[in-house]
Amino acid sequence: MPIESTAEQPRVFSLSERLYPWVASTDHKRLGIMYVIAALLFLVVAGAQALLMRTQLAVPMNHVVSPAMYNRLFTMHGTTMVFLVGMPLLAGFTNYLVPLMLGARDMAFPRLNAFGFWAFLFGGLLLYYGYLGGGGLYGSGSAPDVGWFAYAPLTERAFSRGSSTDYWILGVMLTGFGSLASAINVIATTLSLRCPGMNLSRMPLFVWLMLIDSWLILIALPPLNAAQIMLLLDRRFGAHFFDTQAGGSALLWQHFFWIFGHPEVYILIFPAFGIVSEVVPVFSRKPIFGRQAMVAAVVAIGFISTSVWAHHMFTVGMTSISNAFFAASTMLVAIPTGIKIFNWLATMYGGKILLEVPMLFCCAFIFHFLIAGLTGVMLAVAPFDWQLHDSYFVIGHFHFTLIGGFVFGMFAGIYYWFPKATGRMWNGKLAKLHFWLFVIGFDLTFVPMHFLGFLGMPRRIYTYAPGRGWELLNFIETVGAYVQAIAIACFVINTIHSIRKGRRAGGDPWDAWTLEWSTASPPPEYNFEVIPVVRSSRPLWDLKHPQDPDWKYE
Amino acid sequence: MFVVVASILVLLQTGGLRERRVANIFRPLGTQAAHEYEIALFTFAITGAIFVIVAGLLFYIIWRFRHRPSDHNPDEPPQVYGSNQIEIAWTFIPILGVFVLIGVTSRFIFSLQDTTSQTPAERIRIVGHQWWWEVHYPDYGVVTANEIHIPVSGSTGRPVLLQLESADVIHSFWVPQLSGKTDLIPGRANTMWIDARAPGIYLGNCAEYCGTQHANMLLRVFAEPKPAYDNWIAAQRRSAQSDAAQSGRNVFESLSCVNCHTIRGTVAKGVFGPDLTHLMSRTTIAAGMLENTPKNLRDWVNDPQEMKPGSLMPSMKLTGAELNAIMSYLESLH
Repeated sequence: MPIESTAEQPRVFSLSERLYPWVASTDHKRLGIMYVIAALLFLVVAGAQALLMRTQLAVPMNHVVSPAMYNRLFTMHGTTMVFLVGMPLLAGFTNYLVPLMLGARDMAFPRLNAFGFWAFLFGGLLLYYGYLGGGGLYGSGSAPDVGWFAYAPLTERAFSRGSSTDYWILGVMLTGFGSLASAINVIATTLSLRCPGMNLSRMPLFVWLMLIDSWLILIALPPLNAAQIMLLLDRRFGAHFFDTQAGGSALLWQHFFWIFGHPEVYILIFPAFGIVSEVVPVFSRKPIFGRQAMVAAVVAIGFISTSVWAHHMFTVGMTSISNAFFAASTMLVAIPTGIKIFNWLATMYGGKILLEVPMLFCCAFIFHFLIAGLTGVMLAVAPFDWQLHDSYFVIGHFHFTLIGGFVFGMFAGIYYWFPKATGRMWNGKLAKLHFWLFVIGFDLTFVPMHFLGFLGMPRRIYTYAPGRGWELLNFIETVGAYVQAIAIACFVINTIHSIRKGRRAGGDPWDAWTLEWSTASPPPEYNFEVIPVVRSSRPLWDLKHPQDPDWKYE
Repeated sequence: MFVVVASILVLLQTGGLRERRVANIFRPLGTQAAHEYEIALFTFAITGAIFVIVAGLLFYIIWRFRHRPSDHNPDEPPQVYGSNQIEIAWTFIPILGVFVLIGVTSRFIFSLQDTTSQTPAERIRIVGHQWWWEVHYPDYGVVTANEIHIPVSGSTGRPVLLQLESADVIHSFWVPQLSGKTDLIPGRANTMWIDARAPGIYLGNCAEYCGTQHANMLLRVFAEPKPAYDNWIAAQRRSAQSDAAQSGRNVFESLSCVNCHTIRGTVAKGVFGPDLTHLMSRTTIAAGMLENTPKNLRDWVNDPQEMKPGSLMPSMKLTGAELNAIMSYLESLH
């Protein structure tokens, strides 16, 4: 009779056993990580779409993709980047960090949190199902091809046959419900789950930013969803809100869309502001300069951002009074934005600046966001905008805000909190390679776009004739796009490798000051063994410097 | 040799006008574009100064305060929490700058938008279609497409008034060297003033995404001296002359071409496609996408979907004989 070992064998988990704790999770950290992973997957998809577009535009009269396919590519690229990359990255960081930074065990409504994630994910899948199911009628195409701002009446059934626009409406609307759920959750969490001693003035700036951000989401998304429902009524039930052939209004859609769309760009940039406001102090070894001014500036941007939307509409023939009003309100945004940049610089001034990769991304953020802000001021000068509007200058401008601003900020955050979320450190050389290739590729791609705008190149054209002065700049842009793709490949390799093989990071690898660094890496499901008590905005500084704590000065 | 002959032919066809293909907004040749150029320079001055100062500060601070490997001092730098005086200073200085810019911008907006009481040199009504431009001269009963003729402002001293409408979706009229853009919105009539200070052919594009062939919805503005312009108008006012191609005309009129196209003086009275009355007086076809050569025209009529996929003109599946007949007719429409 064979003698069997009674020692326990290491158990091999089946795929479903390994997936179940994620799929069924209501843990804010797991949801946060799932948000970020899903967003990064969509980033690769939308990046590939951008590469295809850049390949098509590399030389004049190119035939890599058909006109209809090109139009689908830029529609899906824009929609994906805003709703399936930007919004979930934002939600992912918020979910992961807000409870940890507040010294809480989870979000206020964990199951609503899970609902938000799954609504976003299935909304995204529904949008992409358009490639399969969008046809509806023979010859009417597949995915949506109406542009990410889907101007009426191009979206009406007379001009957009089949079902692709319906998939755009429903998919985006579903992700919007997810964002609303997530925003309500953040507001409830920050207002009611702060640990003892953490009054609002001691709340970390990232959490402050996300609180304002969530209010903006609550204000901005419903107008979009309302307009989408109206459009659906037009398309499927014979209503005429935007149907100009039956007396509807084409401009009504633009107002609805930009009442959402302009706050939306601030919704996307606020988390980047928040990350930079956390990373810059730690890597300058100084507290943030002018905390209250930073919060006040964000509140000001939030307020102003709800009254600037028609600067997207300077060319529709508004009265001079309206044009002047929206030009002025848009320029006002420059003041609080300037305050923020000055405060970051003042934080760095006199510090000991450690140029680790998260800090490199923050420096690149400040530089490129400065340019984005200044080109934004140019666009706000309505008479100048009559030339620049819908030209490649605009594409250059908003990619400076959304990559130079948002994405650089997100990468700073990913590199900064990667050790916290995985317990391991990334490879420094690959990370630096990622940074430099990405910045160089980014500038190669998007600086020339501003000049193409000056040379009269309109956006959203699938090809162009030679001899109009556009060839060289377009070719440089395409080269830059491929450099960016290589950079992203470095990032992906680094991430996959470091999750398994990176060296152990420990609880506090950056010698940082906010509460998430006081627990283990990765944090246990309950976050903190004992709910912490704080006396200042830098609780870990107080612990590390008992002879010179912050609360003496705040 | 070939190049010389070709360019002479092109010049003859275009009445000696030079095509200005590079539409640089910083080389304005119209009054509106010139004003927009002025305020652009002013904006560049302000934003450029801010850029130099702030970016300079950023690089200086990184360089000056970066941690050097030689620095082994483990102490943290002095902890500074902020300063209200400094915050107030860098709030109020930008406020001053922004208010100057708001003032100048508003003045430009009001002066450019609200001075419309002058008598226009010409009135032109432009209707945007997927994917071409319908051009009406209501004072002369002239209808053409895609190529807009105007008198040079030096010869009249007055700009041209455009009335912009759309038959389907939103388009945008943009000829960068003459003026910034104005949208053509269904259910609305926008107006804009343009003038050209120098003769030439000015290139532009539709600047609002309008569907599949948005890229190939080009604009050409022919700015001519007044006498040449008057000659052009006089020629356009005549009905179609096509005695030479009676058989071709019969074929054209027997097919569904007439449902979409108008040729004045014939039974062709369609309104969905471009007016063909003086087709051969245009230098381009397919909304500026192709040169108007016999070969291009033939290929286009034979299979528009091959030349411009998505175009609303169907491929008519003409027989070779029909195609020959129609071509001989179209080529007679001077």
